[in-house]
Amino acid sequence: MDYSQFLLMKQEIALLVVFLLVFLYDTFAPKKALGALSGITCALFGIYTIAGFCTCVTGVSDTAFAGMYATSPIIAMIKNVLNVGVLIVLIQSVKWVNNDSTVVRRGEFYELLLVTLFGMYLMISARHFLLFVIGLESASLPLAAMVAFDKKRYESHEASIKYILTAVFSSAIFMMGLSFVYGLSGSLYFSEIYGAIGSVSSPMIICALAFVIAGVGFKLSLVPFHLWTADVYQGAPTPVTSYLSVISKGSAAFAFLVILVQCFGAVYEDAWEWMLYALIILTITIGNLFAIRQRNMKRFLAFSSVSQAGYIMLGIVGMNAMGLAAMVYYILVYVFSNLAAFGVIQAIENNTGKVDMDDYRGLSKTNPKLSFAMMLAMFSLAGIPPFAGFFSKFFIFTAAINQGSIAIYVLVLIALINTIISLYYYLLVVKAMYISDEPSTIERFKSSCTDRVGLIITVAGIIFLGIVSVVYNHILTLAERSGLF
Amino acid sequence: MLFDNILIYFVLIPLVMLGGVALSRNIKQIRAVAVIGSTALIALSVYLIYQWLNPTPEAAELAAAHDGMYHYASWKWFSAQGLNINLTVGVDGVSIAMLLLSSIILFTGSFASWTIAQPKAFFLWLILLSTGVFGFFITIDLFTMFMFYEVALIPMYLLIGVWGSGNKNYSAMKLTLMLMGGSAFLMLGLIGIYYHSSADGQYTWNLLEIANNNAISTGWQYFLFPMTFVGFGVLGAMFPFHTWSPDGHASAPTAVSMLHAGVLMKLGGYGCFRVAMYLMPQAANDLAWIFLILTGISVVYGAFSACVQTDLKYINAYSSVSHCGLVLFAILMINTTAMTGAIMQMLSHGLMTALFFALIGMIYGRTHTRDITKMGGLMKIMPYLAVCYVIAGMASLGLPGLSGFVAEMTIFVGSFQQGMADYLAGGGSLRLVFTIIACCSIVITAVYILRVVGKLLFGPVQDKHHLELTDATWWERLSTATLIVCVAAIGCFPNFFENLIRGTFDPEIFRAIAMNF
Repeated sequence: MDYSQFLLMKQEIALLVVFLLVFLYDTFAPKKALGALSGITCALFGIYTIAGFCTCVTGVSDTAFAGMYATSPIIAMIKNVLNVGVLIVLIQSVKWVNNDSTVVRRGEFYELLLVTLFGMYLMISARHFLLFVIGLESASLPLAAMVAFDKKRYESHEASIKYILTAVFSSAIFMMGLSFVYGLSGSLYFSEIYGAIGSVSSPMIICALAFVIAGVGFKLSLVPFHLWTADVYQGAPTPVTSYLSVISKGSAAFAFLVILVQCFGAVYEDAWEWMLYALIILTITIGNLFAIRQRNMKRFLAFSSVSQAGYIMLGIVGMNAMGLAAMVYYILVYVFSNLAAFGVIQAIENNTGKVDMDDYRGLSKTNPKLSFAMMLAMFSLAGIPPFAGFFSKFFIFTAAINQGSIAIYVLVLIALINTIISLYYYLLVVKAMYISDEPSTIERFKSSCTDRVGLIITVAGIIFLGIVSVVYNHILTLAERSGLF
Repeated sequence: MLFDNILIYFVLIPLVMLGGVALSRNIKQIRAVAVIGSTALIALSVYLIYQWLNPTPEAAELAAAHDGMYHYASWKWFSAQGLNINLTVGVDGVSIAMLLLSSIILFTGSFASWTIAQPKAFFLWLILLSTGVFGFFITIDLFTMFMFYEVALIPMYLLIGVWGSGNKNYSAMKLTLMLMGGSAFLMLGLIGIYYHSSADGQYTWNLLEIANNNAISTGWQYFLFPMTFVGFGVLGAMFPFHTWSPDGHASAPTAVSMLHAGVLMKLGGYGCFRVAMYLMPQAANDLAWIFLILTGISVVYGAFSACVQTDLKYINAYSSVSHCGLVLFAILMINTTAMTGAIMQMLSHGLMTALFFALIGMIYGRTHTRDITKMGGLMKIMPYLAVCYVIAGMASLGLPGLSGFVAEMTIFVGSFQQGMADYLAGGGSLRLVFTIIACCSIVITAVYILRVVGKLLFGPVQDKHHLELTDATWWERLSTATLIVCVAAIGCFPNFFENLIRGTFDPEIFRAIAMNF
């Protein structure tokens, strides 16, 4: 065996090194030095994130292990995007993880988080379903432990049970789909599957696709596989919720695109174009309609993230490099916008324990900076210029329409009308914070240093990611060289 | 270079103003920033007019190479192989007129909000809004236009929600959602134009290139024209999408009403003209009848609605629906005279309605009511404001010597010409009939204006507390006097403004292109 193949897995190996260092420090460091664990983890991960952008990582394009594992610049890019998100999540979680009930277990939190990230890497890079399933499982199962991390809160346990049951069940469905795929093609390599099923659809292919989509749709919380989302998001500790909503979702979206394009790309028009349209329309619309009625901020963002997943799926519709670039860019912007919102929610929850939208009334008078960050996050999620969300939405719509048929126009029109619905509920938050005359129930407080750092990074991202066009141009260049299409 | 171009300063100055307001420590500094900034913008627009009327040879040469767009410049923004988005700027007479209008309204609006609560946040949002407005008028690239268009819309939500009065929550939400709903259609229309306008496979957002390519097929035009026209038409308060306007204007604070009715509604008319009609002449020609009927209804229905309202702001908001309807109505005539009239009407209505809203805000600030049945005899109590109100009213109902007359006269003459020509050429009598119907709005306008003037300014004093009220302060006098001077200037020297506008886009281009299909 050629061991130099491992050199292609630079990001995975570096992540493992970070994981091992954190693990060893957590296990063997003297008790007095353990206080630095959060700082060390953030610093290590920060260094790793920055190093991930160097060309020796992003410039490689090759496959390894007999084609089971692939890397390319765009794959390195999406991993870097996830890294940035994880770094922000880590920074934002410092205050929470060091509170009295979790401080003894904080090492576990970091280790579980890094393991799931590793799983997501494998999902993204896999070109063989075996590796993919390993990635999928190691990205899902440790998350259940993280969801249950607030040992003393009943909701946290309930959420964990819900999450693990759904995860296992959808994995089973996914395997079922895989068995069909294997029956069809006699192989689990993406490329061989592509060759074996040809370009003619059959009921068997549609069956297999339905199962595979259902399995991955769970991770993305596409409607109708979204039913776990709201309860789990609400019950899980807020840092875990933010991790679930951006990192887990972003990685699954990319992996989903790879599977659909690489295995089933040839039967797109025959077999799953309409399936995809229906999924997108259902996801966006139902996510939006349910979000309107939510009063709990975490449930609210849960449904908002369901509908955002629908928008992310629009990147697949175009079936071209522009769609891929728009999708990666959308995920990047979504990471910043959603984490800004969760950052504010966490800061308020940590200081006052309040998570209801009604508690946010009059927040702008007591905590103007937090309300400002929240407002920008809401505007960006709703797609208001000049914030990054506008650009990502515009690009993903433009990429989708590239296909050109009138059906796409109808699809995009439905998505656009949905942005108006989503604007309504995002404005409800702004209204509560800025327009409501009632005195605020949240007193003025000073948020912790790490909360502030996290918010500054995310707000800067929201403002600059769109206007500074280099980011998108770079992603587009990488996407065109991806060789996926 | 970016900063060599004079037009970019229309966006840079507001951005600097934003910074200045953010750094200000007290209300005096904020006022200073707002006044200095808006004066600079007026100066800049006056300089543009001067250059437009007396172009240097180089400028004229550059303009000739770019379809008459002065100060044309283009900078790459998003990469060429994917989206080909540029920041392209350029102005012609119409845009210059709109820039002048916007800067005047911003200037007077700053004075009208001299004593606003929470001045810092208010001016930040107000200036952000005007950044969008100025950006929209200087760009000729569909993406950047659309971006600035939306930048101008969203601050309205907070401006109305926080500083508004009455049923402000409802109005702010309704206004924002309806306008954003319009822009959803608009976005689809623009993306459609992008993909169907290329002549050689290289897609472009550039307005001039799209017009020169002239490659949008008739079928797609029939689909995309209604999208864009309705998208902009929502902001132009076209029936039946006008319902945000009365509520929104009634709840908005004074300066916001001024900017919104004075400038923002013009974005709609300007967009219909510059994007929908200019890029898709065939569909504009063939589908004009649908929108003629809708805008004709706007004109008459708005005027009738104004007759029965008792809230001053509602009266003026419905009158805006009627007048802005007239702008779209005239554009759809596809006739040089009528289109010139449409642009004149935009200018005239912008100034006049800003004057109205400023006066209403000043009266409301004193009497704390806008209900005309609860006020009376204000002429004795506050003669300055009352006289200004009469002048604004006269401009609105079309008294010669003021701007309304010039604009409406031009529109109706042009429309009638076109209607007659259509009829004689066997093209049906729709234009003619609707011109006659729209003409009736002049009479109805007179009814509601005179009704308000009679009830509000003359007659017995309704509330004896009103007797203690004072007349206008110096900043209020400055704000209103500026607007009155402008209104009278258009009325007395229409030729100057017509020269500015005419020859920009010779609307015959539309016809010529349409017939050649």
